[in-house]
Amino acid sequence: MTNTTDTTHAALAFMDIEQHDLSNEDINDLQHYYYQMLLIRRFEERTSEMYVKAKIGGYCHLNLGEEATIVGLMAALQPEDYIYTNYREHGYIIARGISPGKVMAELFGKETGVARGRGGSMHLFDNDAHFMGGYAIVGGQIPLAVGAAYALKYQEKPSVVVCQMGDATTNIGAWHESLNLAGLYKLPVLFFIVNNGYGMGTPVSSASAEPELYKKGCAYRIHGEKVNGVDVLAVRDAVRRLRQRAQDAGEPAILDVASFRFRGHSVIDSDRYRSPDLIKKGREHDPVRMFAAQLLDADLVSEIWIREVAQRVEREVQEAIDFANSSPDPKYEELFDNMYATPVPNTPGSAEAVEAVRINRGEA
Amino acid sequence: MAVITYRRALNETLSGELARDPNVVLMGEEIGVFQGSYRVTEGLLEKFGPKRVVDTPIAEEGFVGLATGAAMLGLRPVVEIMTINFILVAVDQIVNHASKIHYMFGGQVRVPLVIRTPSGGVGQLAATHSQSFENWFAYVPGLKVVCPSTPYDARGLLRAAIRDDDPVIFIESLALYDTKGETPEDDYTVQIGTADVKREGTDITVVAYSRMTAIALEVARRLEQEGISVEVVDVRSLRPLDRKTIVNSVKKTNHAVVIGEDWYSYGVGAELAATIQEEAFDYLDAPVLRVGGVEVPLPYANHLSQVSKPSAHSLLYAIRKSLQGKRRVM
Repeated sequence: MTNTTDTTHAALAFMDIEQHDLSNEDINDLQHYYYQMLLIRRFEERTSEMYVKAKIGGYCHLNLGEEATIVGLMAALQPEDYIYTNYREHGYIIARGISPGKVMAELFGKETGVARGRGGSMHLFDNDAHFMGGYAIVGGQIPLAVGAAYALKYQEKPSVVVCQMGDATTNIGAWHESLNLAGLYKLPVLFFIVNNGYGMGTPVSSASAEPELYKKGCAYRIHGEKVNGVDVLAVRDAVRRLRQRAQDAGEPAILDVASFRFRGHSVIDSDRYRSPDLIKKGREHDPVRMFAAQLLDADLVSEIWIREVAQRVEREVQEAIDFANSSPDPKYEELFDNMYATPVPNTPGSAEAVEAVRINRGEA
Repeated sequence: MAVITYRRALNETLSGELARDPNVVLMGEEIGVFQGSYRVTEGLLEKFGPKRVVDTPIAEEGFVGLATGAAMLGLRPVVEIMTINFILVAVDQIVNHASKIHYMFGGQVRVPLVIRTPSGGVGQLAATHSQSFENWFAYVPGLKVVCPSTPYDARGLLRAAIRDDDPVIFIESLALYDTKGETPEDDYTVQIGTADVKREGTDITVVAYSRMTAIALEVARRLEQEGISVEVVDVRSLRPLDRKTIVNSVKKTNHAVVIGEDWYSYGVGAELAATIQEEAFDYLDAPVLRVGGVEVPLPYANHLSQVSKPSAHSLLYAIRKSLQGKRRVM
């Protein structure tokens, strides 16, 4: 049995950032990446606060520590590409361009949310942005993403599908069946594993017989790579390369993205299974702070600019909360809306909704 | 009007829909080169090619999920699950995903998916190959579940299902594939969510679906000789359920027997019986009786297998029992 502490520390060593040559980079892009990373950071910190204030219900999983992974991925994708994710997806939909207000409104269960308040934190969706959903059953999104890639190939469209998931998802049957199908039919899909070292409280080495997750496509002849998820440029470049390969050759690929979860599995997880030392060292690999240092070192931004971005982000997240707070709740009489896309007889409508509500609220 | 088999009705309908809409794709195990385990897809690979008729690996969860994802992007997959027994490994994709996606994401995306599969048992297929699980799917809001009993309904409902923008579970029956019936040549559909009175009667209502409708009609013909008039309501759509047609029939006959091929407890019959007692209690002259399968893992031995399935005998018994209060028939 592998010593789990050793492997997680080894993963952290992999997350030290290499010095990039930034001279060929567009400064506007770099600044935008930093802005997006900080926006996700503040959005998630305030989300945690709103959860504690009971503005948000259900389960709530944060992207804290994952900001470079998310922004690097989104920077490499084209508008025509499609994205499927798991339930830890607030940052992904924001980085895809959806307004933080619509996302916060969904977390608040409001009609103005991205899923009209029917989905919640784990089920964010935006059809126009090709953000095809957060999925809360581990592994459930994988066959769907492969199917989306199947449709793209069938329709001869030159875009790709990204299927984001956690490390522990590579142990479920749907993953293996999906890899087989993607490899067999040569589908343009990138399996994007956010490897934060733990599936809830279980370390990767205790759950996967092959702890090097990028190798898990071997049985299906699917190419795999690993990348430092704390390094936004490294993630972007790896995704760009694999995306192009998927598009040109219809070759699926696996990207194993080393990441560190700043907090527990969900907001209510007290994180007792990770040692204080590991958590401390992990948080030292802070993608937002490290990227700011890189930009400052290269004289691409000033301390004043950093402060201004922080103020802008603070304001935007507050506006998102205000928007969510002031948004209307979904209407009772619309309880059965969207049950079916094609109308069908003998299904309940608004009258039945009103009646059910009256009875269940004790008003009958 | 042509008299054709249930199997041919399905085959011709699939062919017609493939020709009509380039987004219709058939997927499943052995549906192409092998031409279908029960020959429902016979000749379609040759006619439409491997892009439209896709042989999949044995991976029901994988290809049902694949079909669902492809449907989200505009394809109209028609998936064959070789028998309903094999659908169990795909339940997560159907129940947690296909059925939820339209509603849970605020109506932004549609899932025009059909999953065809035969339910029930014939011959000596034993415990793992003879089950009826349509009630598992009828339980789930967001799905539509249909179960045609005749070639006419098979054709009309399959057309409707393929043209529908929601996930439809299309229940077939091994024992019905060779049964024959009249089907018009025109492009008709049968409305999903509606029951059908297959035979009018005045003394008792038998509520049935799929193969049990054929048994109910046979029993009704036999009882007519004895002067008992049986009305047969074919549920045809388990979800949505056309309660009104069922209840109206019972209000007329005052007696009801419900029959399903599934196990007796917690089966479709329980829902039908509950509906009738809730909505027609004052009209009932006798309790609603259920006929279902004997509750065992279906044994292989032929004589044990035969007596464990619902039959004309068990239906006759229930009808007579129900009518005892009204007139003496046994």
